[in-house]
Amino acid sequence: MTMATASKTNSQGAGRKINLQVIGPVVALIALILIGMALNSNFLSYANITNVLARSAFIGIIAVGMTFVITAGGLDLSVGSMAAFVAGLMILTMNTLTESMGVTLPVILLGVALALAAGLIAGIINGVLITRVGIEAFIVTLGTMGIYRSLITWLADGGTLSLGFEMRELYRPVYYGGVAGISWPIIAFAVIAIVGEIVMRHTAFGRHCAAIGSNERVARYSSIAVLRVRLATYALLGLLVGFAVVMYVPRLGSASASTGLLWELEAIAAVIIGGTLLKGGFGRVWGTVVGVLILSLIGNILNLTDFVSPYLNGAIQGAVIILAVVMQRKGANDR
Amino acid sequence: MADPILALRGVDKAFGPVQVLHGVDFELRPGEIHALIGENGAGKSTTMKIIAGFYDATAGETLWQGKPISFQSSDEAEALGIVMIHQEFNLAEHLGVDQNVFLGRELTRGWRLDHKAMRARTSELLERLECAVDPSAQVSQISVPSKQMVEIAKALSRDLRVLIMDEPTAVLTERDCEILFRQIERLRDEGVAILYTSHKLSEVKRVCDRVTVLRDGAMVRSEMVTDISEDEMAAAMVGRELSDLYPAKAVPQEEVMLEVEGLSVPGLIEDASLTLRRGEVLGIGGLVGSGRTELAEAIAGLRPRTGQVRLTGEALPAGEVRTAMERGLVYLTEDRKNAGLLLDKGARENLTLALLDRFGKVLIDRKAEEAALDRAIEAFAIRIPERDMPVGNLSGGNQQKLLLAKTLLSEPQVILIDEPTRGIDIGTKQQIYGLISRLAAEGHAIIVISSEMPELIGIVSRALVMHAGRVVGALEGDDVNEGAIVRLAMGLGESSREAVA
Repeated sequence: MTMATASKTNSQGAGRKINLQVIGPVVALIALILIGMALNSNFLSYANITNVLARSAFIGIIAVGMTFVITAGGLDLSVGSMAAFVAGLMILTMNTLTESMGVTLPVILLGVALALAAGLIAGIINGVLITRVGIEAFIVTLGTMGIYRSLITWLADGGTLSLGFEMRELYRPVYYGGVAGISWPIIAFAVIAIVGEIVMRHTAFGRHCAAIGSNERVARYSSIAVLRVRLATYALLGLLVGFAVVMYVPRLGSASASTGLLWELEAIAAVIIGGTLLKGGFGRVWGTVVGVLILSLIGNILNLTDFVSPYLNGAIQGAVIILAVVMQRKGANDR
Repeated sequence: MADPILALRGVDKAFGPVQVLHGVDFELRPGEIHALIGENGAGKSTTMKIIAGFYDATAGETLWQGKPISFQSSDEAEALGIVMIHQEFNLAEHLGVDQNVFLGRELTRGWRLDHKAMRARTSELLERLECAVDPSAQVSQISVPSKQMVEIAKALSRDLRVLIMDEPTAVLTERDCEILFRQIERLRDEGVAILYTSHKLSEVKRVCDRVTVLRDGAMVRSEMVTDISEDEMAAAMVGRELSDLYPAKAVPQEEVMLEVEGLSVPGLIEDASLTLRRGEVLGIGGLVGSGRTELAEAIAGLRPRTGQVRLTGEALPAGEVRTAMERGLVYLTEDRKNAGLLLDKGARENLTLALLDRFGKVLIDRKAEEAALDRAIEAFAIRIPERDMPVGNLSGGNQQKLLLAKTLLSEPQVILIDEPTRGIDIGTKQQIYGLISRLAAEGHAIIVISSEMPELIGIVSRALVMHAGRVVGALEGDDVNEGAIVRLAMGLGESSREAVA
């Protein structure tokens, strides 16, 4: 759906430059895939592709939510810590419930419900502080980032919280299982991305997010419930963080102070690489998906080859982010 | 007659394939105020920007005291004493007035800033401009007319030879305009060459010595102001005779559509009341800052308020824009660029923004949106070169028509229009006046807020005048005239001296 939607609904104006801006991330992604194929024959193997996609799913699911927040002119730095905290909470609860209810499916369902609820509530807390109390998003989420990170460290007493062994076995298939050879995290990411793209592009909520990010005053004068929409973007992001945790916990079955470290920056980077404007007003979910894939492919390619040290992963990702913004700036100047 | 200090000879300018100026000849003489007029898109801004060194001409030459010159940048032009005051002010909002006046050319004592000297010089300049602003005040805290005075003070603080003013009175009230005119005339007498643009032809007649008319990028007339009438200027701009600018006034019906009783907004409006009937065009006059806009915004639910607002007899809750719109009352903002339209979005997205729930239940019905845009383009005669282009690139007149289309999309019964024709050309003005009159004749009830006296007098059947947050008078029929409005706007007690324009 990507290319067709992009060229038809390009709201940024006409011209070749803009089209370059639209296809830029896609071209980069294709280039990365070609490089990967050239450097390692295993790159396109089923195992590698599944691995890359499944690992991308957590950041990807969060980045879809982040796209809405940023499009509406906001920002959320707390998602990484929030994910760690929610994971810790979920593990503790499930371990406690196992004592009374045994290793059963209801325990998992309760854990999942708790993770989703906790994420949603955390998102709403961010949103309320930003929209109702009127503190800047950067400050609020910088604060909650510290709070959640500290809380998970405290819950884990500086160490690691682990799911009981039997419970881990029962929960495992949610990450490692799948349908028709496609694992659940990949399916979940795909579904969320597609729904996200439709919501952003074809619903009033998506249009309102872009309007608010473009000019909040115009949105208010156009009788849009600005505060409610902005609150909803943070709530949605929180819910998606909860959902990402549901997918993440069965992978390692544990959470520690270093869980979800720097996820917020990776999610923001993916959104920006995908062509969403950091200052808000224009966002595209499919671009974010491309951004997530670009970031994880860079890491994957470095791991597969001994060409460049994997330790330089961050440097290359950083360069890509800066390059993406430079391209955005060019597009903006031409307008 | 003095020789031209700055002249354009056969200047062409093209942006890509689009040629916007065709062989323009234009001269500025010391001690002369030269008006440059034309419809939006006629090439006024481009001409000014070439003179001020922002653009290079594609062909033709610029002469400075008779010798060809080409500016690498606007800084070079400024160094020669050519200063342009933009319509959108060029002020650092968070700095003080004095810091702005000397921005980039700070006075120093040794390596330290000489705050005292800058403040003293600024206060001197402001005094010359009869501007009561405190030189140490932060620019974001002062009024719009004061900001303009600060811009002029900034220009005065250097060796000024050529002053270019882009619609300086668009944001000023009549009284502030008078002060501005006195200043311009004083500068002229000191030998400054002044280029002046305005959509208000009466002003051109009042202050300028010479007028040049641009149409579609070419010069169509250039005369001494004494040799040309306002009607002739308008005809030259539009390229046809403008018959009556104002249509016949509609006759109000009996039915009361809107009642406002004892409306107050803390610190801004006190105890305002009004009644609006079906088919009526009610004007609200007063100075900028007298609470006109705030009153309309409070009625429309954009500001918290106390007091009663009844729409067709039923109370309208305070602070609920959405409810007001659903019940048939809308407000068209005066601030088209910051509150009216999303400048980086296309016309379609702007048109339907307030009413997305009418275009599809869950998913937006894009076909229906496009159809609505087709209808709007047709009904409001909006000219959009490319459907997807950002509306920020449209001319002011077309933006205003789009904003009207957007506001009227919900088919409201009561329409509050704030400054219906600010910064748009006379042809579009006429269209908008026609539209307002047609809406009234169809049975809508309309409130028009305007700083332009002729407009207010020309289209309303009754006018309220506000002063310092209060409705201080109501005028009807022939009593709606400039003198009466100005006297009330000044706060009644003021003598008729102020009213003589």
